[in-house]
Amino acid sequence: MGERGRGCCPPMDLMRSEPMQLVQLIIPIESAHLAVSYLGDLGLIQFKDLNAEKSPFQRTYAIQIKRCGEMARKLRFFRDQMSKAGLPPAARSVTQDTSLDDLEVKLGDLEAELVEINANGEKLQRSYNELAEYKLVLHKAGEFFHSALSSAEAHQREQASNQTGEESLETPLLSEQETAIDSSKQVRLGFITGLVPRDKSMAFERILFRATRGNVFLKQATVDEPVIDPASGEKVEKNVFAVFFSGERAKNKILKICEAFGANRYSFHEDLGKQAQMITEVSGRLSELKTTIDAGLVHRGNLLQTIGEQFEQWNFLVRKEKAIYHTLNMLSIDVTKKCLVAEGWSPVFATKQIQDALHRATQDSNSQVDAIFQVLHTREMPPTYFRTNKFTSAYQEIVDAYGVAKYQEANPGVFTIVTFPFLFAVMFGDWGHGICLLLATSYFIIREKKLSSQKLGDIMDMTFGGRYVIMLMSLFSIYTGLIYNEFFSVPFELFAPSAYVCRDPACRDATTVGLIKARDTYPFGVDPAWHGSRSELPFLNSLKMKMSILLGVAQMNLGIIMSYFNAQFFKNSVNTWFQFIPQMIFLNSLFGYLSVLIIIKWCTGSKADLYHVMIYMFLSPTDELGENQLFAGQKMTQVEQSVDGEILFSPYSILIISDETLVLLLLALVSVPWMLLPKPFILKMQHNRHQGESYAPLPDTEESLQSGANNDSHGHEEFEFSEVFVHQLIHTIEFVLGAVSNTASYLRLWALSLAHSELSTVFYEKVLLLAWGYNNVIILIVGIIIFIFATVGVLLVMETLSAFLHALRLHWVEFQNKFYEGDGYKFYPFTFTLLDNEEE
Amino acid sequence: MYGFEAMTFNIHGGYLEAIVRGYRSGLLTAADYNNLCQCETLDDIKMHLSATEYGPYLQNEPSPLHTTTIVEKCTLKLVDEYKHMLTQATEPLSTFLEYITYGHMIDNVVLIVTGTLHERDVQELLEKCHPLGMFDSIATLAVAQNMRELYRLVLVDTPLAPYFSECITSEDLDDMNIEIMRNTLYKAYLEDFYRFCQKLGGATAEIMSDLLAFEADRRAVNITINSIGTELTRDDRRKLYSNFGLLYPYGHEELAVCEDIDQVRAAMEKYPPYQTIFSKLSYGESQILDKAFYEEEVKRLCLAFEQQFHYGVFFAYMRLREQEIRNLMWISECVAQNQKSRVHDSVVFIF
Repeated sequence: MGERGRGCCPPMDLMRSEPMQLVQLIIPIESAHLAVSYLGDLGLIQFKDLNAEKSPFQRTYAIQIKRCGEMARKLRFFRDQMSKAGLPPAARSVTQDTSLDDLEVKLGDLEAELVEINANGEKLQRSYNELAEYKLVLHKAGEFFHSALSSAEAHQREQASNQTGEESLETPLLSEQETAIDSSKQVRLGFITGLVPRDKSMAFERILFRATRGNVFLKQATVDEPVIDPASGEKVEKNVFAVFFSGERAKNKILKICEAFGANRYSFHEDLGKQAQMITEVSGRLSELKTTIDAGLVHRGNLLQTIGEQFEQWNFLVRKEKAIYHTLNMLSIDVTKKCLVAEGWSPVFATKQIQDALHRATQDSNSQVDAIFQVLHTREMPPTYFRTNKFTSAYQEIVDAYGVAKYQEANPGVFTIVTFPFLFAVMFGDWGHGICLLLATSYFIIREKKLSSQKLGDIMDMTFGGRYVIMLMSLFSIYTGLIYNEFFSVPFELFAPSAYVCRDPACRDATTVGLIKARDTYPFGVDPAWHGSRSELPFLNSLKMKMSILLGVAQMNLGIIMSYFNAQFFKNSVNTWFQFIPQMIFLNSLFGYLSVLIIIKWCTGSKADLYHVMIYMFLSPTDELGENQLFAGQKMTQVEQSVDGEILFSPYSILIISDETLVLLLLALVSVPWMLLPKPFILKMQHNRHQGESYAPLPDTEESLQSGANNDSHGHEEFEFSEVFVHQLIHTIEFVLGAVSNTASYLRLWALSLAHSELSTVFYEKVLLLAWGYNNVIILIVGIIIFIFATVGVLLVMETLSAFLHALRLHWVEFQNKFYEGDGYKFYPFTFTLLDNEEE
Repeated sequence: MYGFEAMTFNIHGGYLEAIVRGYRSGLLTAADYNNLCQCETLDDIKMHLSATEYGPYLQNEPSPLHTTTIVEKCTLKLVDEYKHMLTQATEPLSTFLEYITYGHMIDNVVLIVTGTLHERDVQELLEKCHPLGMFDSIATLAVAQNMRELYRLVLVDTPLAPYFSECITSEDLDDMNIEIMRNTLYKAYLEDFYRFCQKLGGATAEIMSDLLAFEADRRAVNITINSIGTELTRDDRRKLYSNFGLLYPYGHEELAVCEDIDQVRAAMEKYPPYQTIFSKLSYGESQILDKAFYEEEVKRLCLAFEQQFHYGVFFAYMRLREQEIRNLMWISECVAQNQKSRVHDSVVFIF
């Protein structure tokens, strides 16, 4: 690790990000397009924007980008039309070589044709809709007149019989008119019929009333089905109305109001014969129009079909061209306008491939001059690039979500591949649940090819992306499940029969007096006899709690060791001596010591109380431990006695009084100022020395010309002693407090594991066994269904999620804060492979 | 509860205030305007705007663009944002938001009535109306012959109805009448809005009264300048001024008797906030006055964002967006008519 040069270890690509270089490409203008296209296929270079100060339309290739945008708009229009017509674009067929210019012409023609067809169709549709409305008016208004006529006749007859001449409120207006006409030959009433949108009908009526001062009669009838409005082409709920009025002025007003309300008027004859004639005429024309429209639709469908076949290909081509021109716009153009100058980051290993691509581009475009490739020197921080594969990328994502590694910084992703699923499994230990997870994730892995090509939902997508993480998680939880001996909370005697047996065959006093050990210790994991016993919880708690602390201390130590590798790699001996070493001492003299005690206690079976040991280590370090003594020299006033570790662990030395804790405590206390004080002062000294030197050399003129934009990063950063000191102070306090709180934080491993096993016990015993106890098939089926849902919903989904989050936290906070800076930025190469995924 | 808005404001107004501040950060910046002013064609403008928040509204427009399309689409964005806020708002914020649109409503009414007076097509007029000031029966305005009818037929249903109490006459409509009507309505509207904001109290009242007072004073100056040389009597002119604002009441007395622009200037320079505006003008130059007022207004509107927990930000945002759309219209017009030298004449930078 980190010593790739020395050759003692095999190279670990994931440990350090790829070495990068800032390269400059000088490409002749005639081969530029092809070269960028090849580089996009290669996808290993990240171009820098050399025209950042220019606005988009002032750049060299603005016109081409505009053309691409225009084509993209046409394609969007086609897609829109296709989705309206219900035709999905076909999957991408073999790519034929069409040039952009041809495509542009073709798209233009197709768009014009489509627009024309649409316009014609709309015109026809409009007249069709108008006729349909007219027909409705004829029907509905015919009904008004018919009913009015019949009631008028009835009224007349009534009048004739009564001869009272009195008017009631129910008297139909029309009949009154007829009587009026009959009697005094007064002004003939005009009327207007038409359709008005239903939501406006109330306002319409109100305005009509106000405008004519009530001298109007309005009759409305609702049309049940929504009518297609001729003007907008949308379905609208409408009312048929008939307005009766008198006088020319009123007519003008009403016409204006109709217009203002978007009410379509249709002429109507009172004469019944003419009405019938109109209806047949309109129906005839309607069916005629219908066939014309259908023919138009078929034609349009065919056109869209042909577009759909090549749509995806065109779409990809246009996007690719647009990406190429965007990239070309980032290159600065030479004063002679003969060549383009590109700058960008690329991994060192890609040098050959890039040169190859440039060479091919030169040949294919018959250019006279070859493109020039040269490496620039810069102090700018290069981007971080890890070559991940489909297995490691998900783990790297977990790390990147916290922060992208600084360039060439030790990458926690390497360890995350194992530690993440393992810590997850510690919390999720159940091999039954593990197998369920494994089955689910193997479905994703087996159907990987198919699933990766199609679009999944949000949550599915996330699960699919993390399929290899879930696979390792499930494998590890099968492993820890075997250790915990849990299968849906049921213990199995898988490896050997239980070591414990009852005292007598009846097993009466099993819960009171206890079992006796008859065989050898159970070979792997927890003895099944513990399950369901009264001492199950205290036993498992003590086991898991201690295990959590061991795992935690181990992982934190790993984190601190990583900081050592970082210090070695970046040749920073200050960090080694004044950060790594005191941190190691501090952590291990307190919690490393605790871990050692735990292991000794496990190995020896001592009954010492570790709480007591740890607490009195601080409260009264000089006191004697008494019966809590685990090994010789545990309390020791003289340093010399503790040197030889061998004695400490020898079986004879148990319960011999001595004072090592005092030494450890002193070491821990010393390491705090060791961490805090020297580093800022040393940094200050170094800075002062540097400043003395840096007067002499002038900035390298050649270099500063070449890497124009980045020469501002050349100067030394401002050194503020107080700032550095405060920073170091915070760092020290954070570490010292963190050592305690982070160790405590690892106890979540125990807590979640406990919660998981208790929950699954509850579901198993209180649901499945309870239902089983009734001896009733229906209850049993219901019980099984509830059990399955609870297991899947709560244990497999929610518990997985919570254990995942806790494992994530343990990595991000407890592990990575020991060494990980995470202030780098990611390498985003210019590549066409991503074009497919991005949706506009 | 002045000074205690912080405790309760966010219960109802917090979400929308966050939204409006987010919208505000999408306003075009001086750098954007610089780029826009360098555009050669309308397509360049579209290309530049597609990188801003206007992008989704313009991207599907086919290429030969017109100024009206750009303005229409930009206004559409404003309207969408306004509608989003209005649907999310609760009382009294929703009423406050509605008040903002009444000004457009008055303009639309006047536009339609003037249009019909000159026998324009109603549909054509409707297209010219500001979409924020639309109401259901707006097209019916064409039917009315005089103020009384106008009121009785249409406006009685709209929120503008109370403002009409001042100007119901049976006189036939003519240009002069309509202009007086517009100003009377505006006066009533501003006063009503002012009262409403005072009722809301707190920081809203404080900030809005400042903004509205500026608006009222600006209108007073405009009325004065526009009525110089017309047959409007001093008393009539005096009646059109809103009864609040910095100029009320003594400034109004002076403005009412002004006979030329220099007298207006003399009257206004007594008020320190307006001194700076008028000192920018050389004598006899009144067309820059609009721009100077707009600049001052934008400055004040931007200041409204400096304080939290009040409704003034909504008003300020709407006004700023409108100013931005005016700017875009001016730039596009200049570009379309090849008058690029005049492009800076009327653009008011917001940031």
